Amino acid sequence: MSIIEAPKAHNPKALADQSKVPLTTATKSTSTTNACRMCMPLGACLAYVGFDATVPFLHGSQGCATYIRRYLISHFAEPMDIASSSVGEAATVFGGEANLRTGVTNVARVYKPEMIGMASTCLTETIGEDVPGMIARITHPETGLAAETGQRVPNLVFASTPSYAGTHADGYHAAVAAVVKAHAADGAETDSVNIFPGIISTADLRHLHEILDGYQLPHALLPDYSVRLDGATMARYEKLPAGGTSHAEVVASGRALASITLGGLVTTGVELAGDVLASDFGVEHLRMPLPIGIRLTDTFTDRLSELSGQPMPAWLDAERGRLVDAYIDGHKYAADRTAIVYGDEDLVLGIVSFLSEIGIKTVLAATGGHSGRLAAELAAVNPGRNIAVIDDSDFEEIEAAASELRPDLLIGHSKGYATSRRLGIPLVRVGLPIHDRVGAQRLHHLGYRGTQELFDRIINTLIQVRQDESEVGYSYM
Amino acid sequence: MTELLAARARQVIRTGEGETGIECEKQSVAGSVSQRACTFCGSRVVLYPIADAVHLVHGPIGCAVYTWDIRGALSSGPELHRLSFSTDLRERHVVFGGEQQLEASLVELIERHHPKAAFVYATCIVGVIGDDVSAICRQVSERYGIPVVPVQSEGFQGSKKQGYDAACEALMSLIGTADASDVGPHTVNLLGDFNLAGEIWIITEYLKKMGVEVVANLTGDGRVDDIRKAHGAGLNLVQCSGSTTRLAMQMQAAYGIPFKKISYFGIDDMAAALYAVAEHFKDPEMLQRTRELVSAEIAEILPVIEECRRDLEGKRAAIYVGGAFKAISLVKALRLLGMKTVLAGSQTGTRDDYEYLTELCDPGTVIVDDSNPAELSAFLSEGKADLFIGGVKERPLAYKLGVAFCDHNHERKLPLEGFIGMANFAREVRASVCSPVWQFAPRHQNSEPQTLEV
Repeated sequence: MSIIEAPKAHNPKALADQSKVPLTTATKSTSTTNACRMCMPLGACLAYVGFDATVPFLHGSQGCATYIRRYLISHFAEPMDIASSSVGEAATVFGGEANLRTGVTNVARVYKPEMIGMASTCLTETIGEDVPGMIARITHPETGLAAETGQRVPNLVFASTPSYAGTHADGYHAAVAAVVKAHAADGAETDSVNIFPGIISTADLRHLHEILDGYQLPHALLPDYSVRLDGATMARYEKLPAGGTSHAEVVASGRALASITLGGLVTTGVELAGDVLASDFGVEHLRMPLPIGIRLTDTFTDRLSELSGQPMPAWLDAERGRLVDAYIDGHKYAADRTAIVYGDEDLVLGIVSFLSEIGIKTVLAATGGHSGRLAAELAAVNPGRNIAVIDDSDFEEIEAAASELRPDLLIGHSKGYATSRRLGIPLVRVGLPIHDRVGAQRLHHLGYRGTQELFDRIINTLIQVRQDESEVGYSYM
Repeated sequence: MTELLAARARQVIRTGEGETGIECEKQSVAGSVSQRACTFCGSRVVLYPIADAVHLVHGPIGCAVYTWDIRGALSSGPELHRLSFSTDLRERHVVFGGEQQLEASLVELIERHHPKAAFVYATCIVGVIGDDVSAICRQVSERYGIPVVPVQSEGFQGSKKQGYDAACEALMSLIGTADASDVGPHTVNLLGDFNLAGEIWIITEYLKKMGVEVVANLTGDGRVDDIRKAHGAGLNLVQCSGSTTRLAMQMQAAYGIPFKKISYFGIDDMAAALYAVAEHFKDPEMLQRTRELVSAEIAEILPVIEECRRDLEGKRAAIYVGGAFKAISLVKALRLLGMKTVLAGSQTGTRDDYEYLTELCDPGTVIVDDSNPAELSAFLSEGKADLFIGGVKERPLAYKLGVAFCDHNHERKLPLEGFIGMANFAREVRASVCSPVWQFAPRHQNSEPQTLEV
């Protein structure tokens, strides 16, 4: 009698890689099922919240503001006040100027903001509302609101963000561009750098500050919602909690040494704030992918070294060193594994590039965005790799591809959970929205530290699958 | 200090100060940061749980995104309602019209999913760009032989209320389109129950024990074929009265079906609802079965209530929910737990509901219509609330201030209807109010209340 048992039959799933078929180019559906994007006004509201003492304000029907509030509250677990001009039937027919004016008056009275960040909606764009004209009338020194009410009128900025024209990422960038366009000013060049971080977590925003401080580089994050959307419990309620990019920082952005846009894959026609500052004030604009993975973070930190004249700070270099060590320690768990990555184009670009440096093959990169440039940028960052991309996608399409490709992992926001559950493929949650876990605000994605966190979560997910599938049930993997 | 906008001054009253005649049922004040949604939301809420229909949102993507699988409306069979379908209109459709996109989308989705019906929700811009939604629905309906129902739910029409009405119109167009001759006399339709966390199954079970059959669920765990023969039922039970009273009235006018406005929240109202059914059918045996059912159910949950009450006695609660009828049940349920209500408000309550609330609540209670974060946070502080009952948008207000919270919205995953629901409610309230985490909240170290200035 042998005391050594023969190994159990190999799990057929582990061999499935070899049977994978290339993605067939399916015909695009006419309708959209389970969208993989959100609407433009949501992105605009999120951006505005990152400017100090600013209230987002949607010119449209009441529902837009409320739906967006609810969606963002469920992600950030923080109050998220968005005003609305509450356009009704009469205003739809005769124009919404009176509503907009009343709305501005009431927000100014209750919130006493420095700025009201306004954005249009499908309805007000379609009925042809001239919001810049209305703002000019509201702020007119003799006939405007100040003269009428004796109240101070906050700064009013406006971005055009109809949902039919783009995604939440487009709305975000349109709002940031609107803010700098309205308030950035010329003057003697400073040694400060503008960072346009894109839609990232509050933990990422805090980490960016830390990295830039490490290079002793004066900087502004435009915008920065890390305090307002991840704040402490209060003794007294603050309607407009402090925090965010200050007005002075916005003004000074026109005099900065340089601007760096992280990501910035937007639909044609949507302007980037960095481009606005470049054309209006000649501020050098560098656009680079989100710093995820070692190579893309190196690209970012090299730039910071050049701009600051400082070497990489020792603590950051140590983080990089530990990350390389972790890659090596965990690489065999990643070998021959495959993933589908979906979500915002910028995040997909960063994550796919990171996966390629740890040996996980991305069998599909999917996004609801439609800049049309994701495939080219993926190819540029990952030469020699043929990564299948579908943009303007939805979960009907992503799930069909996933059931054919049978990847080991799905990586994306929590709206992929249903697909993950139906197909039995684990989901590693990144980005926004995350509505089914606590701590979305605290997830790191950027820098060596963010990459380390992603790496650990991804590898541990793969280990857990192996562990759970094992009939032995090892506690030592 | 928070300022109450002058335009809203009459939408807030305090009980016991001789104030009556709260203003309500009006358009939200621009810039007030109302907690309300829009007409589309109202329609979507009512029709959403019909599980074997395609629910196609005709418009740009946002409206469909924010209503994708966010509610706990369960189905015992098909789950088409959990998918989010949109015509996803783009710039070109806004310029040239969206009719072709709508028709092609309907055809595609009907052929893909073989639904029993399709609802097409018109969003804000559909009328503005001139799409004839009814005509497209008619054509597609004829082609596939299923009802394709337009829902006139353009968001700008008003609040959720107008959306409820549009949904009721859509339901009325289905009711009466199938043979109901096999429907017996002791039968009801359940209106305004959305089967959140399986609640409608609890109610159906009670009715079954009493000897009452349910013809159609309107709309929790709803099925198109049941709804089509809903006109055969002997009685309509209207739970969420704000949304479906109109449907009950229309069914009464068209088919002579009487209706009762009832609530399944709390012991008193749940028992009253079942007795109302038994009395309606004038069957002494049914009444006896109901008595037995009620006393058995109460006996089962009473120990839980008593145990929770020991921990909750004397605590103060604030309520801000969708409809005021629900607030009424909650005030009673909280009393059973020994708790005092300091704020009772709703997004879309009616004059009658508010008047009853004003009578019901202790003196000094704030009654508010269509409130907002600035006001609600001041009311919570001023009333020294230990608990806030509301939905997703109210939750962070409570937590930010260090106040316990009970989710009583459509996202909930815990059944709160029925006798067992009251026990769940008691446990849920206690779980939050009695958590040890509050000791660290600054509010409990420094408790000077905020006040509201009119």
